[in-house]
Amino acid sequence: MTRWAMVADLRRCVGCQTCTAACKQANATPPGVQWRRVVDLEVGEYPHVKRAFVPVGCMHCEDPPCMHVCPSTATRKRADGIVTVDYDLCIGCAYCAVACPYQARFKVDRQEFAFEAAMPNELRDERRIGVATKCTFCVDRIDAGLAQGLRPGVDPEATPACVNSCIAKALHFGDAQDPQSNISQLLAENQFFRMHEELGTGPGFYYLWDKAP
Amino acid sequence: MNWLQRHWDARAAANFMLGGTGSGLMVSLTLASSDSAFPVLLSSILVAAGLTAVWLEIGRKLRAVHVFFNPFTSWMTRESFAALLLFPLGIGAIFVPSALPFAAAAAAAFLYCQARILRAAKGIPAWRAPQIVPLIVLTGLAEGAGLALVFAADPLLLSFFVLAVAARFVAWLRYRAAVPIPALEPAGKALLWIGTVAAIALVLVPPLAGLAALAAGWWLKLALVTRASFNQGFSLPHLPVRGTR
Repeated sequence: MTRWAMVADLRRCVGCQTCTAACKQANATPPGVQWRRVVDLEVGEYPHVKRAFVPVGCMHCEDPPCMHVCPSTATRKRADGIVTVDYDLCIGCAYCAVACPYQARFKVDRQEFAFEAAMPNELRDERRIGVATKCTFCVDRIDAGLAQGLRPGVDPEATPACVNSCIAKALHFGDAQDPQSNISQLLAENQFFRMHEELGTGPGFYYLWDKAP
Repeated sequence: MNWLQRHWDARAAANFMLGGTGSGLMVSLTLASSDSAFPVLLSSILVAAGLTAVWLEIGRKLRAVHVFFNPFTSWMTRESFAALLLFPLGIGAIFVPSALPFAAAAAAAFLYCQARILRAAKGIPAWRAPQIVPLIVLTGLAEGAGLALVFAADPLLLSFFVLAVAARFVAWLRYRAAVPIPALEPAGKALLWIGTVAAIALVLVPPLAGLAALAAGWWLKLALVTRASFNQGFSLPHLPVRGTR
């Protein structure tokens, strides 16, 4: 069984936000909505302060709290682990947004563009107004790529836009269930953690922080 | 990097305030000897007003019926079903008083669902604490009993009111010990001095005592939904190890 997951190598991320821009371009999200973003964290107290850049977004959890609370069944989890939102079912109650521990959900109530008029890459999609939206792992690219026999995470045409755009090769995508996959190799060779593991959500987003001992 | 959620504002809080009071009132009326129909009607009106307030907040109002689609895991859906039971039973109890216990059971279910709605919101530490469930349920009962005192001051109802107010304060102490959030302190003080001390001290003037308990409960819920609802933010259990070691 496939389990699509993402890996972020915190040692490599430089906080350039190229993934953020690539996501906005690929998914035409409105101003203020960032399905993929990179938070700049400072840890410690002066003079022992360290800084880390942490890519965040929907973690496509194994046990997604957003799905359980959703009253309309708009939020679902596919067999391959990707958590989706059906814009035609969602009522925009935002219960998922308050249930998500990762600040990954957005809701806009009116169409907005970066400038007064929509730029060519900005989508006029009425279906996304007044409903919950979030990172989809570029599910359309994955499905289209698989249909063409491509390998998500290896072939760029079948890989999420943020991963393709990463200038430092900090972001990786692949099948966590396949021991031969790119991300399984990375997880075997490095120490990693998942965000807020104690909540039991089982995030599908792994952070590498050091070599395996 | 804590972040105060803005998705649920005063309209969502109004559902917890009005719905909690309305359902608590319906439960409390089973202890009152008065057979006046107005408090029973008021109970349903309050619950309906709360649901209307939250309906005004959703992004796709014409799809509101979709709220009934997930009774298997969503407490919001279950709350809606409880309301669906509460309204006909509540209206029925106006004409057939012997139906009141059934309406009260639906109201109790509605109140419990409201508490579980907050408990299921894993993103908000102030809501996901298990201690939120008794706090919300007892607050609803104290508010409802307080409002019932405006219409009837039977000894049994008065005893229930005092018990609910005291139990609510104990629930608040347990909650605050588990979730120490400064944003809740003003509402907590109001709960102590207005909602508990004043409410019990004024028990010889039942309507005033009831309204004091009601006001403090509403203040607490408004603060809980709109001021204490911080997402926990991001954290790094390990910092990246860069360079040579």
